[in-house]
Amino acid sequence: MTINGKYWRIALGLAVIAALIIVPMNFNRYGLYILSQWAVMTIAAMGLNLTLGYAGQVSLAQGAFVGIGAYAAAIMTTQGMPLIAALGVAIVLCFAIGWILGYPALRVQHHYLAFVTLAFSTLAFLVFRNEDWLTKGIYGISGIPRPNVLGFATNRPLPFYYFCLGSLAIVSLAMWWLIRSPWGRAFVALRENPVRALSLGIDTRRYTLMAFAIGSALGGVAGALYAPLTQYIDPVPFNLSLSLDLLMMVIVGGSGFFFGPFLGAMIAVLLPEWLRFTQGYYLMLYAIAVMLLLIYSPTGILGILDRYLAERRTKAASALRAVTKSRLETAP
Amino acid sequence: MSNLLDLLVAGLATGAIYALVAVGFTLLWQTSQTINFAQGEFVMLPAFLMLAVMHAGAPFWLAIILGILLSLLLLGLGFKLLLVDPMLRHGVLPLAIATMALAIGIKEAVKQFFSAEASPFPSIVPAGDVSILGRVVSLQSLGVLALAIAVVIGLTMLLNRTSIGHQMQATAQNPTVARIIGVPVERMILLTFLINAFLVALASLLITPIYLAKFSSGEVLGQAAFIAAIVGGFNQVRGAIAGGLLIGVVDNLAAAYVSTQYRAAVPMVLLIVIILFRPQGLLGRPEERTV
Repeated sequence: MTINGKYWRIALGLAVIAALIIVPMNFNRYGLYILSQWAVMTIAAMGLNLTLGYAGQVSLAQGAFVGIGAYAAAIMTTQGMPLIAALGVAIVLCFAIGWILGYPALRVQHHYLAFVTLAFSTLAFLVFRNEDWLTKGIYGISGIPRPNVLGFATNRPLPFYYFCLGSLAIVSLAMWWLIRSPWGRAFVALRENPVRALSLGIDTRRYTLMAFAIGSALGGVAGALYAPLTQYIDPVPFNLSLSLDLLMMVIVGGSGFFFGPFLGAMIAVLLPEWLRFTQGYYLMLYAIAVMLLLIYSPTGILGILDRYLAERRTKAASALRAVTKSRLETAP
Repeated sequence: MSNLLDLLVAGLATGAIYALVAVGFTLLWQTSQTINFAQGEFVMLPAFLMLAVMHAGAPFWLAIILGILLSLLLLGLGFKLLLVDPMLRHGVLPLAIATMALAIGIKEAVKQFFSAEASPFPSIVPAGDVSILGRVVSLQSLGVLALAIAVVIGLTMLLNRTSIGHQMQATAQNPTVARIIGVPVERMILLTFLINAFLVALASLLITPIYLAKFSSGEVLGQAAFIAAIVGGFNQVRGAIAGGLLIGVVDNLAAAYVSTQYRAAVPMVLLIVIILFRPQGLLGRPEERTV
């Protein structure tokens, strides 16, 4: 990437951020709700992207962690505690449960792991539904307050959207730092070749558990934002299909790419809304779009971009080689 | 104690249906590394195809035949050619995700083109009770059980006693060597997809009279089939059969003796325990881990 390309990228990034701040200003309530939902789902998908895309561990439980975070936030804030405390509890709780859920990953891989986490998802859903004393069961918890952030009330949709966007920014920066740290490299090593990683002295046990725990904790963060966003939660949104949706977001966006979850969540949250004019057909069209995309590019949207850039680089390199070769041949 | 026998018979009957679905699921995995997350929807769809044919005025027997043929065409041939073939070389996960999208698509299509409400479905086994050794047992349960067992025995005979079955097993165990010794691997893989389509159509025919035809009924069925396949052994047909029967019985007994609220939890806990302590399943053989 040349210096010129780097400037372009920074300019593009700034333009997108500016657009995310300015454009929604005159959106209606529903539009802001959808955009906030996109920000929240992006955080959850980012966590899964760390577990799956970087560390290579399939998890079908991310939706359950969003649920755990959401219930932690809902129960605590309706008791009058501040959201920040609930956020802390959600993170610690999900980190701990994620760590424990990581243990099967030490024994089994791939589809087996997918099924263990799938079973966990279903169990979590049953607990949400059946433990009335804690979660109020199928009636759900209503009247979840929205927080005051730095003295600003976020009751109205626009300030709350900025709150979600700000949280997304903080999580993104933390993630950016994490995957560039030695830990991030250890995660990738785990994905690419666990045996070699072990032989190089990476404690694969600890990093596998860590990948699960951090990814799950981000699911908890997303949940703690989801509860004040909807202001009412019941068990239904946290069933298995949320976990499947999040997995789809990561793969469709491009698993293992930093910006994959952003695009994936955009497709999963916004595309069905854009297709709403087709009425009953919108989810069907969405499903077809996802299948076509995956047939065309199994590595997701960013995979297309990646392939294109790689092709261009190869072409440039081979052109350069040809030039050097012809020079060598014509040289005396 | 008095209703234990009823529970067992009912459990074995649903379990036998789960077994049919689970067998198809493991066959797809063995021959073409396809984890079909739409397997439950594959069971839901044929019933609606049959209902659609019946709405057009055809008698029940014709609807069954046409429904099975349509399933073979859509869920066997179409599924393989349009989705699995283009994606197979890219690995297990993208294909699994694509089948999740397919599951959404099938569900929504049925909801949109047919109905969001549950529709009754005629039973091929007459209703009523028979008495065996002084006990009253539902004829429907017995009929379902008998039919499912017949199909499973037929399939096992096909796999173990015929040349085509041996070729299919060779394809599943080692496609490269199978190709070298002259097995038409491609045709065998297509055959497993057709067998899967036949099995799900049959399961649909047997289970829909019990649970009604509804667009969302595939979710529960698909999960039961997954669990059955894993518990029994992902890489063994007889494992899937045993797993299916076990899950059916456990599910029914749990509903009666544990609690209806946590009924669904019991198979899940069983699944987790099995995966942790015997990942190859009760009857499976260990899979070598590739590095």
